[in-house]
Amino acid sequence: MARDTLTGSRIRERRSIAGLKQADLARQVGISASYLNLIEHNRRRIGGKLLLNIAHELGVEPSMLTQGAEAALIATLREAAADAGAVAAEIDHADEFAGRFPGWAEVLAGEHRRIASLERTVETLADRLTHDPHLAASLHEVLSTATAIHSTASILAETGELEAEWRDRFHRNLNEESRRLAESSKALVSYLDESGDADDRRGVPQEEVEAFVVARGHHFPTLETGTADPESLIRDAPELTSPAARTITREVLGRYCKDAQAMPLAAFLDAVKALGPDPLALSARFGTDLAAVFRRMATMPQGVLPWDVGLVICDASGSIVFRKQIEGFALPRYGESCPLWPMFTALGRPLVPIRRRVSQMGRSVMLFDCLAVAQPVGAPDFEADPLYQSTMLILPVKGGDGAENAAQPVGSSCRVCTRTKCRARREPSILSEGF
Amino acid sequence: MGRHVLLIEDEPNIIEAIRFLLTRDGWAVETHSDGTDAVEVIRAAEPDLVILDLMLPGRSGMDILRDLRGIPETAKLPILMLTARGQSRDREMAERAGVSRFMTKPFSNAEVLTAVRDLLAQASRP
Repeated sequence: MARDTLTGSRIRERRSIAGLKQADLARQVGISASYLNLIEHNRRRIGGKLLLNIAHELGVEPSMLTQGAEAALIATLREAAADAGAVAAEIDHADEFAGRFPGWAEVLAGEHRRIASLERTVETLADRLTHDPHLAASLHEVLSTATAIHSTASILAETGELEAEWRDRFHRNLNEESRRLAESSKALVSYLDESGDADDRRGVPQEEVEAFVVARGHHFPTLETGTADPESLIRDAPELTSPAARTITREVLGRYCKDAQAMPLAAFLDAVKALGPDPLALSARFGTDLAAVFRRMATMPQGVLPWDVGLVICDASGSIVFRKQIEGFALPRYGESCPLWPMFTALGRPLVPIRRRVSQMGRSVMLFDCLAVAQPVGAPDFEADPLYQSTMLILPVKGGDGAENAAQPVGSSCRVCTRTKCRARREPSILSEGF
Repeated sequence: MGRHVLLIEDEPNIIEAIRFLLTRDGWAVETHSDGTDAVEVIRAAEPDLVILDLMLPGRSGMDILRDLRGIPETAKLPILMLTARGQSRDREMAERAGVSRFMTKPFSNAEVLTAVRDLLAQASRP
């Protein structure tokens, strides 16, 4: 139903809220109850003086009756319906649902956003799940609540004529469950925050290093200008509590200094302006290897490049040793990543630059160009085989113009990937289809 | 084959949603929320199909499933198991124990209906 035909539904809803009978409102505005009934069921268009009179009697601005719910709300409802596997006909009724039950539509959209956010939490923590009974219990609670909300909301959205008694009961249940979800997710976050402060977090040096660089936006102005050295930054970083984390940070910042020396900030920015954000051209301009250019691009100050970029580095075993996250492309810290990532293709073809357009399975599919190269680390040695690291730059790509068709679908890790029939799957997903 | 479902689940609002769906689909729905005496309740109710939550108060759904498969009159009873734990080992354990269908939360209403109808149809075949 088109949005501009929903004025009647809003009049009906507002009249109910005002506690007015149809006949009373009709009399007040000088029309018959049967005509008002047709209007309220969107079978007669309404405008002009009659609309103003009805708005006046209902004590609302006329625009509240004529303007539909916000486009973002409807888009979120459509997304929720699509994720729930609703048929197209139901998805097309999202605006009607929002028009008839604006408050509940907000609740549903809010819970949908909350579930999306919790999904990201699940992705991040999937590997901890099997080792942490408290976390497993918390997630069980969240999933059970999400199930109740999902089922109840689907009934409300999809059942055509629902008896008032059932409808009220389901509204009440939705309210209860959304409150419970809010509480259980708060408890989950609180648990994670606590575990973040506890000793067990100190056992994960990579996370301490990541917290350190993320807090500084992956950019260190004092290292750029030479007014500080890595040791002083490490000394002043309260989040680096373990010796292991300090050792790794020393290595990360040492590499940062070398990159900054080879590609000074001002010169690099001039080159980006002149050549564009083209890693190959930048590599040729500065005489550095591609991986160094990828790292340098990922450590530029915010807003310098046309887009945010992600970066991930793995060793020859495929273990991620460094990552800079980018929205829409999940990079698991624990467990095994998706073997379809171009970074792993690069490991099989050392020194060959690999570029692949990919889309990662998830709630909102986004496109990325992944540029990867595997290079040996350390000095060459006749007595030892080279040891490779693969570095992958992740650049967001706008959709449209058939860009999606050329993209290779990839996941984050099997455990949280719902892609079926994947030749690279190692184990079943812990997420049900469509979650 | 009749249309009598026994739902063993401890989340009241999931119970309400499933009961509504199945009742609308023509099923007689009975519910029970405790794992401790679930086997006795199932035997007494003689349902055509059981929807069984994995994590129940009192007793695990997995233990209940194993018991049911060891009893002649419930050895072939269609059982749809629901769980928020989607690990492959849970699914494998349930399959080894003889579950008819395994479904992870959150599921869609359509999935539940389809599963129940499928299980009934399978059980009705000679």
